[in-house]
Amino acid sequence: MKVTGVLGDFKDVNHTITAAQQVNEAGYREFDFFTPYPVHGLDKAMGVKRTILPYISFVGACAGLATALGLQWWTGAVDYKLNIGGKQLFAIQFSVPIDFELTVLLCALSTVAGLFHLCRIPTWWHPFQNDEGFKKATDDTFVLGIYATDDRFHVETVKTFMHQLGAANVRVCYDEPADATEVTATPSVVTA
Amino acid sequence: MATKLQALRHEREPLVLGNPTIHDITVKIADIAESKPNMKFLLALGFSATLAAWGLGCILYTVFYGVGVWGLNNPIGWGWDITNFVFWVGIGHAGTLISAILFLFRQKWRTAINRSAEAMTIFAVINATMMVLSHTGRQWLFTWLLPAPMNQMNMWTNFRSPLEWDVFAVNTYLTVSLLFWFVGMVPDLATMRDYVKGKLARTLYGVFSLGWDGSMRRWHHYEMAYMILAGLSTPLVLSVHSVVSFDFTVGVLPGWHTTIFPPYFVAGAIFSGFAMVVTLLVILREILDLKEFITMKHLDNMNKVILATGMMVGYAYAMEFFIAQYSGNPYEGFVFINRATGDYAWAYWSMVLCNVISPQVFWFAGMRRSIPVMFIVSIFVNIGMWFERFTIISTSLHHDFLPASWGYYSPTWVEVSIFAGTFGIFLTLFLLFSKFIPVIAIAEVKGVLPNAQPAHHHADHADKH
Repeated sequence: MKVTGVLGDFKDVNHTITAAQQVNEAGYREFDFFTPYPVHGLDKAMGVKRTILPYISFVGACAGLATALGLQWWTGAVDYKLNIGGKQLFAIQFSVPIDFELTVLLCALSTVAGLFHLCRIPTWWHPFQNDEGFKKATDDTFVLGIYATDDRFHVETVKTFMHQLGAANVRVCYDEPADATEVTATPSVVTA
Repeated sequence: MATKLQALRHEREPLVLGNPTIHDITVKIADIAESKPNMKFLLALGFSATLAAWGLGCILYTVFYGVGVWGLNNPIGWGWDITNFVFWVGIGHAGTLISAILFLFRQKWRTAINRSAEAMTIFAVINATMMVLSHTGRQWLFTWLLPAPMNQMNMWTNFRSPLEWDVFAVNTYLTVSLLFWFVGMVPDLATMRDYVKGKLARTLYGVFSLGWDGSMRRWHHYEMAYMILAGLSTPLVLSVHSVVSFDFTVGVLPGWHTTIFPPYFVAGAIFSGFAMVVTLLVILREILDLKEFITMKHLDNMNKVILATGMMVGYAYAMEFFIAQYSGNPYEGFVFINRATGDYAWAYWSMVLCNVISPQVFWFAGMRRSIPVMFIVSIFVNIGMWFERFTIISTSLHHDFLPASWGYYSPTWVEVSIFAGTFGIFLTLFLLFSKFIPVIAIAEVKGVLPNAQPAHHHADHADKH
């Protein structure tokens, strides 16, 4: 059974910001806050860098526009010349509606694909999935988790540190479901 | 009543009533899916599914025998089919408007209603797509609509045709609306996954929530994605009905060939969409007991939008008449006189009564906050907006340039059944949605509760301003 990390709960949203700042300043990098809704300013306090998603969307939009122009020009003016009332085979003016629609379509698709990639979803596994309390993060609890993959990770140090931050119910999470003895052991950690 | 309203004007109403905790919101919304469906729900579902099956049967009948089973005739080649198409696309506009445009304007009240309005959008656009596909005659050749070299002459589609633009506009709208709806739903599906007890339900919600864990690092990307999708949907909402209106304006028929159509259609679409949202939400908040989320404030705001867009539509009706006479074009002038006094005058005046006169009651705050009044007016607007499309299509077609080719059109039982069936499909999908998917955007509502956001954050903002 391997340790995947240490978790601690916060009930008050105001404490999450200072806690995130302190974890970041203490030099931890592999940590995360799990919150039921996006908390304004928490990403900044955690030291999260601005997302590159807009660039991915922009590339998608350009690809959409190029596809639309290329499609309308190549099909109507090159591959099969379509003479409509003696007008030019291709003109920017009539292509505008489809240019717009394909730009929006490919931009939206690339935004969602980019989101999935940056968030690494869909996924089947989560390091904290065996922790019962972790599920509260999608309900009403702000859960701070420090992953065992962090260079500075040491179970006892991190536990003490989390207590100092004011986290409740500090507990260790393993990569296999906890058995009965460990479940009963959890409350003693809370009182500690 | 008067003192209550005065008090409301002085103080901003809370978005969620009853001061619930974050946990209360999870329980309240997630329990809708956890609880067993009651008899009322099953009866409603049975009724709408029967209606849907009947409508789909009639579409199959049309596919089998051809569009000759409809009442279309020589001057009138578009009837209820295209009327219903424009009607349903129009209804699909409120959802994206609420989710995208109101999001960009930071209108926080949208959080309680955006999920159901977006669902409504998608179901309405599905209906619209079905209507337009069923009218093509040989429905199995639908691939000819796509730019793929697969028709009998190995030709490409004509990209100058507004009907081709429509294919792109409606499909893009459906796809982007679906993406927007689904992305907005992922965190709530994760909440459901962690809430429900049943193994099957947990697995299904688990699959569709994609492994969402509420990680702040993920929220950071997520919020950006949501904003980009909102930014994309905003011009898209305005473009879809503009492109639909091009189907008419690019034609040379009097009454269709006018530049007012794109903005007039967009205003009408938002008008009809909001009316449908009010109709459905009044019922939904009653049945699912969501009164503390979908409050009077929400309904009041939507009724204001109905009033405003109703006035725009009324202005467009008047302006069409004015321009028809002012242009000096005898055909254009005739079409409008014929619209108000000819064979279809009953449809025209029903439209004016429903769309221009009936929303005027919303000038009074008491009326905007009365459930029976808003329910009746929203039904009136739904009917009126259907008549608007019917009037535009049939009056321009039935009396065209040559009096020798004039005619009259009435639908057959098949067309009426298909139209009734679209309501069945719409309601069936909406009922299933309201049972299995969180009807209120849980995460978004949590985020706008008082004290949901860190106090210092607001102080930061105050410093900047």
